[in-house]
Amino acid sequence: MISKRVKKIPPSGIREFFDLVLGMPDVISLGVGEPDFITPWRIREKAVTVLEEGYTSYTSNKGLTLLRRGISGYLKKKYALSYDVDDEILITVGVSEGLDLALRAVLNPGDYVIVVSPHYVAYPALAELAGAKVLYLETKEKEEFKISLPQLKKLLKYGPKAIILNYPSNPTGVTYTKEELRRIWRLIAPSHAVVITDEIYHDLIYDGFHTPFSALKGAKERTILLNGFSKGSAMTGFRVGFACGPKEVIAAMTKIHSFSMLCAPIVSQFAGVESLRAQREIAFMRREYARRRDFIVKELNRIGLKTPNPQGAFYCFSSIEKTGMDSLSFAKRLLSIEKVAVVPGVAFGASYGNYVRISYANTIDNLKEAIVRIERFVRQSC
Amino acid sequence: MDDILEILEGNARTSFEDLAKLTKRKLKDIKRIVKQYEKKGVIIKYRTMINKEKLHSERPVVALIEVKVTPQKDVGFDQIAERIYRFPEVKSCYLISGTYDLLLTVEGKDIHTVASFVAEKLAPLSSIKGTVSHFMLKKYKEDGVVLVKKERSSRLAITY
Repeated sequence: MISKRVKKIPPSGIREFFDLVLGMPDVISLGVGEPDFITPWRIREKAVTVLEEGYTSYTSNKGLTLLRRGISGYLKKKYALSYDVDDEILITVGVSEGLDLALRAVLNPGDYVIVVSPHYVAYPALAELAGAKVLYLETKEKEEFKISLPQLKKLLKYGPKAIILNYPSNPTGVTYTKEELRRIWRLIAPSHAVVITDEIYHDLIYDGFHTPFSALKGAKERTILLNGFSKGSAMTGFRVGFACGPKEVIAAMTKIHSFSMLCAPIVSQFAGVESLRAQREIAFMRREYARRRDFIVKELNRIGLKTPNPQGAFYCFSSIEKTGMDSLSFAKRLLSIEKVAVVPGVAFGASYGNYVRISYANTIDNLKEAIVRIERFVRQSC
Repeated sequence: MDDILEILEGNARTSFEDLAKLTKRKLKDIKRIVKQYEKKGVIIKYRTMINKEKLHSERPVVALIEVKVTPQKDVGFDQIAERIYRFPEVKSCYLISGTYDLLLTVEGKDIHTVASFVAEKLAPLSSIKGTVSHFMLKKYKEDGVVLVKKERSSRLAITY
């Protein structure tokens, strides 16, 4: 009954572990991929108000003009990027839908897609569902989990149709300077690859500044920028994001979206409008994350889990090599002995069995207690 | 506001060691900076915020009292304000714009204590032209902290 394409997607090897965590009470979880903050009140209040006012209908497929205008103005002001309100912006149900649409809009069966590893779980699955073949560009700890240009050059020889870039990255927290991005673009530019960027963590950068890929000279016409409000504004449950790109690509994405989704929820779209005005609240959360990052990176390295300094998002990708355990065993034992949850590195790529993802989207008190428990666990294991 | 002050304002019990880790500063610098803040009076004191609503047996009665006064030559409102805020019953005292001049928070063990403070100590002061007392019925939020209902996150314990 099930299609071959869906059957081909391997089941998650760590589903069982996830179920274990979800079934265990009183766990300190450093395994959560969303903010611990609740959506700032002004955004929630806006959502309540529009509901009271009776905004319960569909919107246009492209999304509310008010929101598209807001996004266009915001990108212009923050990044000097120009996207036309009418035909270069599409409101999506989060970046996840945006990515699905982008891949389906540009890929033909058998096309190659480059996925940079360690990667967010959805990238290869969505590429394969769109009929593509995935080429993994594996980054290494010794290169700070950044893209190796020679490796990229090698993979570009396959003539990929698209490359998915995610920065700041889930799970490593790695991001790129403008110059680093320029070097990457210089290699991609002569190819025919479309660059699909997941920049959902753009608000959460602690060192330096974020540069959208489409802000690079010559890259805009080949880039599909995916973004949203989930992480920076703590709005994961609202499910609202946006895609910006060349007119014909946005039109193709809108075509699919109009059949499969119709539109993003209207209340969430209004909440998105308010989120663009909530810069003070976003800055407050960013400062909090930055402190927690400084705290936890120092502590993880102190207890012997080698952790490169993440420049953004709210994750550390720590090496557990010295414990001699693979990431799934480490995570399972840490959970059962110390009741601390982390995500095994293998969830983000087969080659990352020596790492775990540690999320610091948690209170400082919980982080402190988690460190005490992890330290005890590591000492007993080594 | 400085990082250190923002952290201490949220939790005065944050240790120097944790402050150093959270702000990526050296321990000795943290100690020096905090001492400077204390010396300059930027940090006035470290205190515990108690939700007295939960202390059923000794829950105090609180009143907000608007006070209309006659300002005095040369010293304006300061002198009369001082005469008022020196009373231990007065927990806060603000000079405000509008119909009234001073806004006080007065605390007493029961309604009669507060009423007699107003009638016997406050109102008879010669510069005072009038008072309006508002007894507090319920505290919802104080100093930026919601007291009545804690928000709970609904997020799952583990997600990608």
